[in-house]
Amino acid sequence: MKRLSGDASTGRVASGFSRREFLRGSGAAAAATALAGASQVAAGEGDEKSDGVVRGKATVVLDVNGGKHEVQVQPRTTLLDVLRNQLDLTGAKPVSADPSSGAATVLIDDKPACAASTLVLQTVGKKIRTVESLGGKKLDAVPEAFTHADAEQCGFCTPGFVVAVRAFLNEHPKATDEQIRSGLNGNICRCGTYANIIRAISIVRGG
Amino acid sequence: MAVEYSWPTKEESKVIGTSHDRLDGAAKATGAAKYTYDTNPPKLLIARGLGCPHGHCRILDIDTTAAEKVPGVVHVHVLQKPKLGDDGKPIQPEIEWEGELLAVVSAETEAAATEGVAKIKLDFEPLDVFVDDEDLAAAEKAGRTSKGGGKVQLEKEPGDDEDEDEFAEKEINRLLGEAKRVVEGYYGIRPITHCCLEPHGSVCSWEGDKLSAHLSTQNVSGTDEQFANALKIAAGDVHVECQYIGGGFGSKFAPDYWAIAAAEISKATGRPVKLMLTRDQELKLGGNRPSGYLKVRLGADADGMVTVWDSQHWGTGGGRGGVVGHGVIPYVYRPKNFRRVATAIKTNCAPSRAWRAPDHPQACAISQTAYDDLAAKMGADSYDIFRKNLANIDSNQKAEVYAAEMEIAAKLMDWKAKWHPHGKGQANGSVVEGLGMAIHTWQGTANTSNCMLRIHPDGSVESFCGTQDLGTGTRTVCAMVLAETFGIAVESVKINIGSSKYPESGASGGSTTVGAVSESHRRAGLDALEKLAEVVAKKLEVDAASIVATGGRVGSQDDAAKSLSWKEACSLLGHKAIEVTAGYKIGTKSPLSSAGVGGVQMAHVAVDRETGVVRMKKFVAVQDMGLIINRKLAESQIHGAMIMGIAYALFEERITDPKTGQFVNAELSDYKLPRLGDIGELVVELYEPESERARGVIGLGEPPVISPGAAISNAVCNALGVRVPVLPLTPKRVVEALSAKA
Repeated sequence: MKRLSGDASTGRVASGFSRREFLRGSGAAAAATALAGASQVAAGEGDEKSDGVVRGKATVVLDVNGGKHEVQVQPRTTLLDVLRNQLDLTGAKPVSADPSSGAATVLIDDKPACAASTLVLQTVGKKIRTVESLGGKKLDAVPEAFTHADAEQCGFCTPGFVVAVRAFLNEHPKATDEQIRSGLNGNICRCGTYANIIRAISIVRGG
Repeated sequence: MAVEYSWPTKEESKVIGTSHDRLDGAAKATGAAKYTYDTNPPKLLIARGLGCPHGHCRILDIDTTAAEKVPGVVHVHVLQKPKLGDDGKPIQPEIEWEGELLAVVSAETEAAATEGVAKIKLDFEPLDVFVDDEDLAAAEKAGRTSKGGGKVQLEKEPGDDEDEDEFAEKEINRLLGEAKRVVEGYYGIRPITHCCLEPHGSVCSWEGDKLSAHLSTQNVSGTDEQFANALKIAAGDVHVECQYIGGGFGSKFAPDYWAIAAAEISKATGRPVKLMLTRDQELKLGGNRPSGYLKVRLGADADGMVTVWDSQHWGTGGGRGGVVGHGVIPYVYRPKNFRRVATAIKTNCAPSRAWRAPDHPQACAISQTAYDDLAAKMGADSYDIFRKNLANIDSNQKAEVYAAEMEIAAKLMDWKAKWHPHGKGQANGSVVEGLGMAIHTWQGTANTSNCMLRIHPDGSVESFCGTQDLGTGTRTVCAMVLAETFGIAVESVKINIGSSKYPESGASGGSTTVGAVSESHRRAGLDALEKLAEVVAKKLEVDAASIVATGGRVGSQDDAAKSLSWKEACSLLGHKAIEVTAGYKIGTKSPLSSAGVGGVQMAHVAVDRETGVVRMKKFVAVQDMGLIINRKLAESQIHGAMIMGIAYALFEERITDPKTGQFVNAELSDYKLPRLGDIGELVVELYEPESERARGVIGLGEPPVISPGAAISNAVCNALGVRVPVLPLTPKRVVEALSAKA
């Protein structure tokens, strides 16, 4: 596979190999290969590999928040892109391209995952749940506690945090204070709501 | 009859001062709240910018041919185009900082736009780069410095025939010579970014000649005109909307050239355009805070009262120069004799923007550290030195309020029991603990704000105000003020904000918003209530002046039998709603708001002498803010400020490559911020005696973010017995300071 052209926006003008290029190019191609035979991938068309980027479009069905959704994807398409731009589920946020902010946290088969760095083809046939599934008529205890503990300011990190906390409490319903402080370090809040998030978790946990 | 504006007394208040849940809390916590970045109109084009890869260069060519051919790419807009001048000579744009956007690619998908950006061929000539803001001599040698002002104030005056500068030099040296204690110190604080989690950006679309802009902004009422001026259209033809904003911190007052570009691209393509900065662009361009470095000679008497201060400080506000203003040096404390000089350095970094309490956090960190070093040198308790020197302050708050706050903070920290002389604490293995404190001040004046209010005959209440919610809980504050005024439930009030179509309200900057909207909503509420009272009084056959609205009823305060439910009262309006517009103009003396606060913070840290890791154990903040509207939201602001303070005291800084000017840690994986496990125990105390309450509403967002740098640095110094001079106090800096001492 040919190396991609440089990406001036990251300063890698003439050389090098960036993580982002990996995601866009070879990694995506590998994921496509792995799934090419899967029955869920339908109607692949127009592959074009001359520059190393696979551009085949496909229609796949995703299981999101308990419903089946047909979406158009390319091998490089991230789950976050599909959720936000095709399904208008904008709770998961594009804060960082890698998982370092936790703002794009969703549940895939009940495990927390970063939708920004998960290729959508990897999620076909899996159960995807977004923060929106915790809202609606029956508010989940975690967003309810976040509201009561005022564990949000600008709110941009909040959905990712809410999902991370939901997953954490599913795993550790009786988490100790120590476990809370060591188990939720994958998300960043810039406004500084951590103290209130700790209180919100205590409310859900009880005590 | 003119309405007399006032707040209810503490006893009368049913809503104000309580802890009400944020009205939009669940919307934010479940993803229902729609931010600019979440706006997806039909036929949307997604745009991405190409940032300049070098800190200083000349653009020779931007070739977009390959980018235009990328499937899905619809439009390429070049912002910095080299061209030929009228004289036939090439005009090549000179770019002075990395990240500056050179071109914008708009496409059907984000992936196609990103690929398009990568396909742009850029030809540039690198020029000399200067980014070192700490080495003043090097900056002077490179011709990068300019005067940042200064001031000399001495108790003694020069004689008629004496040169003022020479006299000052002599007098300061005399005072230092006579001082019983002299501290010579060096302190610094590195540049940081705003790092808004929602990057700067907009979604722009046109309907004929009218522009609609969803803009991530803290200035809804002011940005329509900025768009209009840039695009040469009428302000009335621009509608700016921002229902939710993912962080601003002082960096989002303007559309910026990239939102203007989005509007132009939308015009050119006939489609809505979303242009948000990428994460690295947000860190590089979206705003940063000037650095500050200070050298000082400080003299004190035998009791630790500072008698003379002689400092020079410098730093950079980036590509347009700038430095922490000399007026805030030394911070809050102001000895009777001082000389201070500031020098600005111009670097090849993006220009700084207002960062939460502009200049104050840096000033505090580079000057109240010197006061603590005085305590260290004397073997004295820092508390006593900070307390004693309250005799000489220049602050928006009174010395006696600071003294009271210090006492409360010391109790909450258990300061007396925990304190030990600097470097003399009991070590637990390689870990030593320490205490530090700092004090701060801020204005917090209410900004201009207007509110249009309707009371409908069915009893519903709605208000319209062109303000915004930075995260403070603006909607909740507005609703609480109206609920208190009408004696109805907070949830029953419909608050409309975040649109430039609504009555003008000032930008959210300078801790001015809660004061502003409290003013406008209370005024509009009382004006409307007066109209309702007339109708109700007529019906009940009582004096209109006796009408009060409380507990869901409107009636005579003299005769409990004469009252109506809120709904019955409103139904008397027939078919015509009460509609009033009321406002407040910044700077007007008012019984509802005022300005000038203080605060005291104390930090308890544990430092590992072997690894250099600093851990927060406990952090106490005592803060005054006049009348508190919502206790819970007020506490959240202080918690948030303390955590943001921990961030710049221990973790975050912009690191720039000296050769290329590249911001090398411009991703969240590398730009270190504290996580949930890094904050220790936070204790917040709202200082609220009747004397504070009587001052009316005063802004709170900024003041508590000022003290953490100095308080934490002082605590680390108390633990180690060694000053780690420059913030953030990373493990590397701690270890280096210890080895330098050894």
